[in-house]
Amino acid sequence: MGRKAKFNEGVLVKKGPGRKSKKQKDPSLPRALKDDETSPNKKLSRRQKLRARKRDQQLKKRQEKQKLNTAKASVQKNARTHIPKKQFSEESESDEDEELDNNVIRPSTKGFSDDNKLWLTPKINSKVQHESSGEDISENEDSEDEMEQSVNEESEAEDSMEIEQDNLSDTDSDQRDEFSPENDEEEGDNDDNNELLPIEKQSIRLRKKEALEKKLANEEMQLNIADQEKFVFPSKKEDLEVQSLQEVQQRIREIMAVLSDFSKLRDGSHSRQDYLKILKHDLCTYYSYNDFLMEKILEVFPLSEALEFLEASEVQRPLTIRTNSLKTRRRDLAQALINRGVNLDPIGKWSKVGLVVYSSQVPMGATPEYLAGHYIIQGASSLLPVMALAPQENERVLDLAAAPGGKASHIAAIMKNTGVLFANDVNSDRVKAVVGNFHRLGVVNSVITCMDGRKYPDFIKGFDRVLLDAPCTGTGVVAKDQSVKTSKDEVDIQRCYNLQRELLLAAIDCVNANSSTGGYIVYSTCSVLPEENEWVVDYALKKRNVKLVSTGLDFGTEGFVNYRHHRFHPTMKSTRRFYPHTHNMDGFFVAKLKKFSNLIPSSDKSKDGEEIEDEANDILIGSDSEDNNAEEANKQNKNSTSSNKKRKRGDGEGNKIVNGISAINGGSKVKKHKGLSDKPKNEKVKKGKSQSEGNKTVNSISDINGGNKVKKHKGLSDKPKNEKVKKGRGESEGNKIVNSISDINGGHKVKKHKGPAKNTKNEKVKMKNNLKQKKMSKKRNITQKK
Amino acid sequence: MKRLSEERTRILFEKLSKYIGSNIKLLIERPDGLYCFREQKDRVYYVSEKILKLSSNIPPEQLVSIGTCFGKFTKSNKFRLHITALNYLAPYAQCKIWLKPSTEQQFLYGHHITKSGLGRISENIEKYQGVVIYNMQDLPLGFGVAARSTTECKLADPLTAVCFHQADIGEYIRSEEDLL
Repeated sequence: MGRKAKFNEGVLVKKGPGRKSKKQKDPSLPRALKDDETSPNKKLSRRQKLRARKRDQQLKKRQEKQKLNTAKASVQKNARTHIPKKQFSEESESDEDEELDNNVIRPSTKGFSDDNKLWLTPKINSKVQHESSGEDISENEDSEDEMEQSVNEESEAEDSMEIEQDNLSDTDSDQRDEFSPENDEEEGDNDDNNELLPIEKQSIRLRKKEALEKKLANEEMQLNIADQEKFVFPSKKEDLEVQSLQEVQQRIREIMAVLSDFSKLRDGSHSRQDYLKILKHDLCTYYSYNDFLMEKILEVFPLSEALEFLEASEVQRPLTIRTNSLKTRRRDLAQALINRGVNLDPIGKWSKVGLVVYSSQVPMGATPEYLAGHYIIQGASSLLPVMALAPQENERVLDLAAAPGGKASHIAAIMKNTGVLFANDVNSDRVKAVVGNFHRLGVVNSVITCMDGRKYPDFIKGFDRVLLDAPCTGTGVVAKDQSVKTSKDEVDIQRCYNLQRELLLAAIDCVNANSSTGGYIVYSTCSVLPEENEWVVDYALKKRNVKLVSTGLDFGTEGFVNYRHHRFHPTMKSTRRFYPHTHNMDGFFVAKLKKFSNLIPSSDKSKDGEEIEDEANDILIGSDSEDNNAEEANKQNKNSTSSNKKRKRGDGEGNKIVNGISAINGGSKVKKHKGLSDKPKNEKVKKGKSQSEGNKTVNSISDINGGNKVKKHKGLSDKPKNEKVKKGRGESEGNKIVNSISDINGGHKVKKHKGPAKNTKNEKVKMKNNLKQKKMSKKRNITQKK
Repeated sequence: MKRLSEERTRILFEKLSKYIGSNIKLLIERPDGLYCFREQKDRVYYVSEKILKLSSNIPPEQLVSIGTCFGKFTKSNKFRLHITALNYLAPYAQCKIWLKPSTEQQFLYGHHITKSGLGRISENIEKYQGVVIYNMQDLPLGFGVAARSTTECKLADPLTAVCFHQADIGEYIRSEEDLL
């Protein structure tokens, strides 16, 4: 009794699909409206038919009367057109004679040819007749008629339009004069015209005008196309500087068309490269990128996709928020926000916490719900790495680059505030945002630190999971920050991926491989460039005991396995890329790694730092890098120890064994970057051994190259005496080798010694190759020993 | 991270008891493990022993925050609660004030609460007692000090302040820089 207690308030579960899901039927037009689009001949209702028949009969009666009265042979020919006129107003009669004269010249084609013509009309026409006749012509007819006349004159040629014209053209007497006698079928239809409603006439007139305009536009377009149909390759430099953006866009389109069917549409004298050059230039102007980044983008995407990507990068992604499941549920939050006038929707089936905001009457970053920590504004792509990480309750998790704390708080929410969450960022100003967000969202299991992520493993290790959302160039979020378009350079990218590699290695070192639940690392960036993504992961795969595992995200495109000259690890397929143009979220990359051993591969242990620098130098193109390498080699030369000597001697032997394989691998494919970490002393030993031995047996390229490399180091070292000795020996040995390749190399060797500064590119490549091969074989040797 | 001195512990608990009364002991004796108050750079953090132990690996100058920051000791050795403590104050609060939707926004900009903005008030609030402020949907918005007791409130005219503002969640965007 009394008021009913609402115990189940808020828990009401809707049954069935709900009213909103019931779809409204497609609108159906009344048949009368629908028909007049296609033909003026409508199907009449039964009553209309009856009335029409009656009218017909009356008409016939009148005609017969008339026939009796007049019965002149000259009139007979055109009687069919003439007679319906009679039922018109009296004034029109005076003009009729003229009209008749015109009509005499061209007999109608539609009517009956025999005498019956006088009174008999074709059946179709009678059908069309309407109950309303010319009596109710509106006042504004005159002006419209004038318009229509002009239209008439223009459109004479159009056969399809003629019937319609006829229907309209004879409403008024003065207009009659203008009425074109050329139209053949005109007369046959005259009687229908009278029966049309004024509004119908208007509409027909309008339609006719429209058609005419369309036709003219079409012609114009044809002319335009004829003008520029074939893309003419701009011959001079001035041609490249196009004035308007529209012209640039036009040219982009044309070049794209040419490139899509190059063999057919090309201009014989220019290569694809020339076309691409112009295209790149135009794209840079149109989207205001710098040359470097545009080139990178064109390398990553096929042409058409690149264009889509650029286009999508201009547009902001939809605003998305993440429900803080520590404080509220998505349904409650959605309800509260809807009450504030926010228009939102769930983000998709793949997330249970995301919401897309379409429009809002209040600022989304300042509602009481936001301040109370019920949600956080976060891009859709930011949910992905955390979903891939899939943290469990009571784990120890680290976010190595956490600011502003969106992903980290997501991790805490998934862990339900249990376990420990370490959130680190290097920037002390941005760490404040982490503090604010964590306290606002009610994350209490956190330790917030501010230090260089690369040093993290020095302080604390043994995490179950680590998330590394590495700092990057941000080429995937151009829409958010337009400055990326012009500010990035080769050096910036290099800096980025060097840092990323170091961070990723640090992240891997922080993880405990023996963890019962975890041992996972998730690496993500908001960049689309493979240099910052696949390459970094590939590097980590070589440096640490980790393997790639599936990210658990069921959408996104696979990471690159082959990219230009790079051949990444085949499991790179399990990484995921997200693009603005295909997934409507920021450009993003997610890779999930599992650490399977806490051991760090031994050869790396002593000199991680050096290697990274080394590799950076490898990548630097130009004579500087050579010098750097040499310098470093010298340093290492001094540092070398006897223990290393022993180990490396073993390697030398290993070299022999594995040589065949490394040769097959072709050097370039196997990318081990430990080239310069070799201690020159060992090399000496190796050289002595391997070369002497190798010469006896059937030699392999790597051995010969090995000699080459060592010599180079020595060539630049500070000990001239040793140099001479070594050189002498190396050359003498090199000469013994019968192999043709070795001869070539030998030639180079000699040259290099004479002028160490002038290194040809070939030499560099060869050197790199042989370094890699050496490292490769060494590594194999170690593993074999193990 | 260091333990609070005897005196500082007393000051802290005195302050907390103004808001949550005897519920303080619920903060310390928890079923899900040991929790403690620790002090760093005059800031007081409330954190689980487990997390505390792990954080001891991090050098103090690089440790920004652990667990929840409750507030700080001023130079004159008084304790000031920060808005970040609301997470723990709100569930245990004894005295509450609910705001009308019209005043909600004003309070979030740091204004005191007038009688006209008062939606509801719990019984038996004494003068100058700590209160937690909610909106009508029971969302905690901040805390303050009662300027009038409940009985005085009933007689007061609409423009008199009934609660002095101390902290509100608007600070998360107003002054994110100096939250701690």
